[in-house]
Amino acid sequence: MRFLLDAEQRAFAASLDAMLTSADTPSAVRAWARGDHGPGRALWSRLADAGVFALAVPEAYEGVGPLPVELAVAFIELGRHAVPGPVVETVAAAALLSELGELGASGPAKRLLPGLASGESVATLAPADGYALDADAATVLLVVDGDGLRLAPGHDPVRASVDRARRLARPEAGGELLAAGPQVTRAASRALAWARLATAAQALGVGLALLDRTVAYVKQRTQFGVPVGSFQAVKHRLADAMIALEFARPLLFGAALSMAPADVAAAKATAGEAAYTTARTALQLHGAIGYTAEYDLSLWFTKARALRTAWGTPAECRAEALAGLSGARPRS
Amino acid sequence: MLGKLGVTPKPHAAAAHRSPKPHAEAPEATADPGHTASGAHRRKVPSMDLTRSPADEAFRAEARGWLDTHVPATALPSLETAEGFAAHRAWEAELAADRWSVVSWPTAYGGRDADLVRWLAFEEEYHAVGAPGRVGQNGISLLAPTLFDHGTPEQRERVLPPMATGEVVWAQAWSEPEAGSDLASLTSRAVRADGGWRLSGQKTWSSRAAFADRAFGLFRSEPGLPRPHQGLTYLMFDLSAPGVTVRPIGRLDGKPAFAELFLDEVFVPDEDVIGEPGQGWRVAMSTAGNERGLTLRSPGRFLAAADRLAALWHAHGDPFDSALRDRVADAVIGARAYQLFTYANASRFLEGEGIGPESSLNKVFWSELDIALHETALDLLGAEGELADTEWSEGHVFSLAGPVYAGTNEIQRDIIAERLLGLPKGRR
Repeated sequence: MRFLLDAEQRAFAASLDAMLTSADTPSAVRAWARGDHGPGRALWSRLADAGVFALAVPEAYEGVGPLPVELAVAFIELGRHAVPGPVVETVAAAALLSELGELGASGPAKRLLPGLASGESVATLAPADGYALDADAATVLLVVDGDGLRLAPGHDPVRASVDRARRLARPEAGGELLAAGPQVTRAASRALAWARLATAAQALGVGLALLDRTVAYVKQRTQFGVPVGSFQAVKHRLADAMIALEFARPLLFGAALSMAPADVAAAKATAGEAAYTTARTALQLHGAIGYTAEYDLSLWFTKARALRTAWGTPAECRAEALAGLSGARPRS
Repeated sequence: MLGKLGVTPKPHAAAAHRSPKPHAEAPEATADPGHTASGAHRRKVPSMDLTRSPADEAFRAEARGWLDTHVPATALPSLETAEGFAAHRAWEAELAADRWSVVSWPTAYGGRDADLVRWLAFEEEYHAVGAPGRVGQNGISLLAPTLFDHGTPEQRERVLPPMATGEVVWAQAWSEPEAGSDLASLTSRAVRADGGWRLSGQKTWSSRAAFADRAFGLFRSEPGLPRPHQGLTYLMFDLSAPGVTVRPIGRLDGKPAFAELFLDEVFVPDEDVIGEPGQGWRVAMSTAGNERGLTLRSPGRFLAAADRLAALWHAHGDPFDSALRDRVADAVIGARAYQLFTYANASRFLEGEGIGPESSLNKVFWSELDIALHETALDLLGAEGELADTEWSEGHVFSLAGPVYAGTNEIQRDIIAERLLGLPKGRR
């Protein structure tokens, strides 16, 4: 029993943080939102070099995974820096293809996973009846239709998300059928768990960034002759945000250790709510400047809103958590 | 879980052949390859792991076995009544007879030397079987850690064994009518006397004092010093000593859960001073932020209540009432979050790190979780939820005090903002 990150895992987070800080990630986010994927793809390659995508890919397919704890560590940093692109979807696609490989259908895994691990290809995966994220930037567009997995030939026109760096499109019908049968359904539920874990981590990182930026702001912003951060009403909102985020963190790592759907759903619901609560606090405490698109806070605020419902609404995740965590004593 | 330890994977050529460099150097535009995912693979310390050791499992099984055969089949009368207090005191003696009352204490004082992980396991088992509330809680979780840190061997020998058996039940004497959140402004006096001190003044909101035997608290021994927390002394005294008047106070439901204490020249011998006279604030606070911050309310208590709530939902919940279902789910998830948060803190503590202001996060979280959990149960129960003599109602009344005692949640949020987030001090 040792429920702490080790020194290597903390150093991995620190190195990603340093890399993303020096890479001027906000500019890449804004370019991505305009449909200019160049800086975002350059960032993608660096993340791949650091091994981020390989964490979701088994060694048999040129990855280092599956390592969900390290993946959670990485995705907190991705969220903290508002990294654009279908990062969650690429991980979900990798989980789906790996699971299919485990279940005997290794053709698509052999063909697609090495490229995902190396960062040469970018995948997106549409949730059932949902939009595919960043289909215009992806080189692999996967769709699960019932018990079939296909490579969509293209996508409908891109629509804007509340987070302008998330670009949404419906996949086109048709395309190559990669696999069919009950193993696709099983692999899709595995993919959902990985998508929710990665989204939870990303949301936690978004929330932590919003908290950090807001704390820094209220320390330097003065009104009535004192920093607004000295007012108790301001302090208490930030304290509540910190509590929400710090209690989402252990749920996230507990879920990464078990990868049980109920644990992952609990982490997703909690991290999503914590991040959005923090976003609302950040917006309020920044005042009008926080409501502008030009100020960088908007990059995280809008992402917090989008991630709250991505890969499962709060209600869906709560229902799944309740079904799985109750009944037996939740005493692992 | 973590793949093949010690194997250097070859995920991607770009990362594989670079030589590691110290991570203190900020890398330019690539992540430090010494700490890439492949670096995370080559670990020297045990990695994150929630599995339990066989020895811990054996301890848990032994606790469960004992509890299964000893926990009373029907609930004891309320702890906050004379009859219930006596019954709970007898239960403490039964626990102590088989060394289950203070598992985290050294064996010399009736414990089992259990570390935090085992203490958490014991608490999970204890609450899962619905064992009685602990009438000795104040002494065990607040006074005993102070005695272990600051008491003399003589004090430990004399005070701890009867505390462990419930023979002596302790009340706390901190708050005063004019000193609540601003505790350091307290004015009850300790005046030097031959061989000891004489206490005068008034203490209030003294939990358990209506039926307890002794009390501990802070008194002003040296008035007029520049700062209010200077010149305070930590003392223990008898509630039956001459000069002590105890006036029980009914809480919301009328039960005398706490009391006012009027002290008129109450004699306390020197042997009942903890630490140095005048150093009482430091003595009282030094244990507030560490182990005590972890052990005031154990996760097992909330896990057991959340389990009962989930069972109630499955038995009586309206499946179409998604708002109530969300609240049940939040209670279940919250209890799990508190358990895992505590495991992380326990791991940190076992590696020698102190738990400081982080315990403020804890206190706000569990106190609000407790209320939400019980209110959800009462709402679920409908007409039955209004009845006062149920476990849920009793638990609800108890939970309502949580955000107020042990440092109000407003004080905790100030601590979080100032000491964890680094915000400037301001007017309260």
